[in-house]
Amino acid sequence: MTTYQNNDHLAGDFYTQNFAKTAGEGNLILNLGPQHPSTHGVLRVVVELDGEYIMRAEPILGYLHRMHEKMAEVKTAAQFIPNMGRVDYGHALGWNWAFVGAAEKLGGIEVPERAEYIRVITCELNRIASHLLWWGAYLLDLGAFTPIMYAFDDREKVLDILQIPTGSRLTYSYYRIGGVAQDLNADCIRRIQEFIPWFRSRLPMYKDLVSDNIILRKRIEGIGAIEQDTCRRYGATGPVARGSGINYDVRRAQPYSVYPKLDFVVPTSDLKDARGRYDVRMIEMEQSLRIIEQALDMMPEGEVLVKGAPKPSWKVPAGETYFAVEGARGKIGAYVVSDGGKNIYRTKLRAPGFCNLSLFAEVSQGTILADAVAILGSLDLIIPEIDR
Amino acid sequence: MIKEALNTVSDLWSLMVGLRVTKKYFLDPQVTVRYPWKAVSNIASYKGHLELVSAKAPGKPKCISCGMCALACPSNCLTVVKRKVPKPTPEQAQAEAEAKAKGEKPKDKTPKDPEQFLYDYTLCSLCGTCMENCPVGALAFTGSTYLAGYSREDFHFDLVQVLKNQAGLEGVDASVAPETAESEA
Amino acid sequence: MNAIPAELLRIIIGLVAIAVSVGLIGLVMVWVERKVAGHIQRRPGPYEVGPNGLIQPLCDALKLVGKQLFMPKGADPILFWLAPVLAFLPVLLLFLPLPVGDGLQTLDVNLGLLLILAFSGLAVLSVLLAGWASNNKYGLLGAARGVAQAVAYEIPLLLSVLAVSFVAGSLDLAHVVKLQGTWPWNWNIMTQPLAFLIYIVSALGETNRAPFDLPEAESELTAGFHTEYSGMGFGLFFLAEYANMVVVCSVATALFLGGWHGPVLPGPVWFVLKVSALMLLMVFVRWTYPRVRFDQLLVINWKWLLPLAVANLLLTAFFVKLAQFA
Ligand code: SF4
Ligand code: SF4
Repeated sequence: MTTYQNNDHLAGDFYTQNFAKTAGEGNLILNLGPQHPSTHGVLRVVVELDGEYIMRAEPILGYLHRMHEKMAEVKTAAQFIPNMGRVDYGHALGWNWAFVGAAEKLGGIEVPERAEYIRVITCELNRIASHLLWWGAYLLDLGAFTPIMYAFDDREKVLDILQIPTGSRLTYSYYRIGGVAQDLNADCIRRIQEFIPWFRSRLPMYKDLVSDNIILRKRIEGIGAIEQDTCRRYGATGPVARGSGINYDVRRAQPYSVYPKLDFVVPTSDLKDARGRYDVRMIEMEQSLRIIEQALDMMPEGEVLVKGAPKPSWKVPAGETYFAVEGARGKIGAYVVSDGGKNIYRTKLRAPGFCNLSLFAEVSQGTILADAVAILGSLDLIIPEIDR
Repeated sequence: MIKEALNTVSDLWSLMVGLRVTKKYFLDPQVTVRYPWKAVSNIASYKGHLELVSAKAPGKPKCISCGMCALACPSNCLTVVKRKVPKPTPEQAQAEAEAKAKGEKPKDKTPKDPEQFLYDYTLCSLCGTCMENCPVGALAFTGSTYLAGYSREDFHFDLVQVLKNQAGLEGVDASVAPETAESEA
Repeated sequence: MNAIPAELLRIIIGLVAIAVSVGLIGLVMVWVERKVAGHIQRRPGPYEVGPNGLIQPLCDALKLVGKQLFMPKGADPILFWLAPVLAFLPVLLLFLPLPVGDGLQTLDVNLGLLLILAFSGLAVLSVLLAGWASNNKYGLLGAARGVAQAVAYEIPLLLSVLAVSFVAGSLDLAHVVKLQGTWPWNWNIMTQPLAFLIYIVSALGETNRAPFDLPEAESELTAGFHTEYSGMGFGLFFLAEYANMVVVCSVATALFLGGWHGPVLPGPVWFVLKVSALMLLMVFVRWTYPRVRFDQLLVINWKWLLPLAVANLLLTAFFVKLAQFA
């Protein structure tokens, strides 16, 4: 009879072996990933299981490392923008903005007002798309197959809108240092105006089908509670922090662009659990709609790219700066150090997903395997962003 | 106690509500576009691979071989091959030498348009940097979404050639002629 | 030469018919499920192969047959290959006592219900073997879940069925059907609504259908107990799942929904219609709800279904006795 003990030759790589050293007697060590249906990419989590209970979990990264930060060192500032669209396929425009913002700050470039509004509109649309992607995928994690199709139905509309000015559907590189690449045309604005009421009318359906569903409530209520303290220790931001009741949103805490002029609330939840994070994201989508609505009204006419916008050969003035924006997953930061040379000396990208993921080891301890999946999903991880 | 019972009932009711939603959508018309038979209608704004914009004469690119685009491209997927200065025929050389002797400036006879404009679509990130930096606006994105090929080389284009093919100037070379798919939806 | 006994002939013909129909039902159900799922999700579902994609399941089945049968390293070959067969064969037996129409029954035994319940218990063995023998951690976890779930859900299932057979005073499905009438208010569901509900919920649990599909919960265990099966190994599990669905729906129809009774149309048509309606419900449920968690699954069973089923059974027994005295 084959047993599970004599499989030493299969016992895994460095990580598993290291992990196994301290494993409890008779516990099962399981690799969730790198290929696993619920990790949405190539995240790998090594877990130690006692029955279905997770004794320990350790995320292992690096399967999707693409050296974006290193690539920043061999490209000029303007040439690096396409990379930013590829860091996080969920909220590409947020990343666009973080880097472009940092470069503008360093170069002292004023962005035309219309461009700022366009950035707000597109960035918020992208946030809705990102949240919809999360929503569908999360429900898929929890075993409901249909919501993702409804979410994609809506998301498709957002992508159609974003395709008009950006020309692509997922990995946008739309913002430029000093503005945006293209103006929103009339067709695009009409579509956005149609989308807002339409999406509002869809939200109750989401609530009926999923949010109120007793099975879902039981699955996410009280699961994966994260104390505010823990959030702060790990530097969690975005809906993860707000789901734990921390009122921190870069759009309000370190206002940038025209956000101070816009009226929206930063939703928080005191539930601290997966439900809290779920609620925060659902409300954020509504708030994004409000922001877009206002921004459309307030958007002035004018240029969308500043006169004499930096060419690819533009040298970023010497100095260092940090610019952060609120992404769908939290605070996206770009720390740019320039020595005035052709290429930027060093770029450090702060990925919110990385900090949010690091919570997982602590939060998942002692939960059931199914809950771990629910927690992992509630953190809204986009793996390429974590590895960068 | 009663509250609990009511809660249970409302919990169970939520399951019914869910079924009602799926039933509604079950009966609703589908939203999928059956792709090979129908195409989506919004291809126009989509960025496909690059193409050269032709000048007034069809098949002749606007491009002046300045090389700005190749320089600007973050992914190094463009190579602009300038035309070689045509070797002067003996008569021309003689005429030139005479002109020089008279102290006239030699006329630049070199055509500006590129000999070859090599474009590696496999590397291109469709960012548009090249387009924005072209001084004469000689580059544009096509709406060609349905480009497919069997090998890497199928995506290495000589855009000059492509332009000529499009204008029907030369025999269509299949390997460099991406057909722009028409949307019909 | 003696003539072959009529009973034997009947069983042989019946078995052949069952084997054929299980295959057909499997194919049709796969198509129906994918079509319904598609329409719920606002897409057409299988569409290209055959009219409205009707041939698609057949092509998929052919593909499955043509696939390499792969066994992971360190797996137990005998148990590994035994498991899918063991999942499928008992299902064929389950069809024997099903009364499709008046007298249209392969095996007319007065313990038909017992036979079904006993053989459906075998399914859990195949899950256990599959999970254990495939030398895969996900498989093992899936098997452990499967066993706990099947054992738990069998009890309320049994109790709810018993309540009906108390009323009918028989374990013979055909007899139970005969006692019911043509119209819905003559069916057992009117006298035993609670038992019907319990039966449906536990049937979902028994057949590992969503939202109770924990042994194969794909987002947690990739594919659970059949992670390592390819080709027809997987195909048999798949077929068994659908066949099991048909069985539980047929039993529900016979016990609660008046079996072949119904106005105008002939009996077997009514039977098939009712079974299809129940199956459609199961399909809808699968494509609507999220999956429950494992401990919640057991809580539903032990804290809700079981006490309710017991109470229902006791009440039924009480009233049956009362009716006897009256
Ligand atoms: S679109 Fe971008 S990557 Fe492609 S050729 Fe132009 S500059 Fe290079
Ligand atoms: S395409 Fe434009 S930028 Fe590129 S070589 Fe020609 S003229 Fe210069």
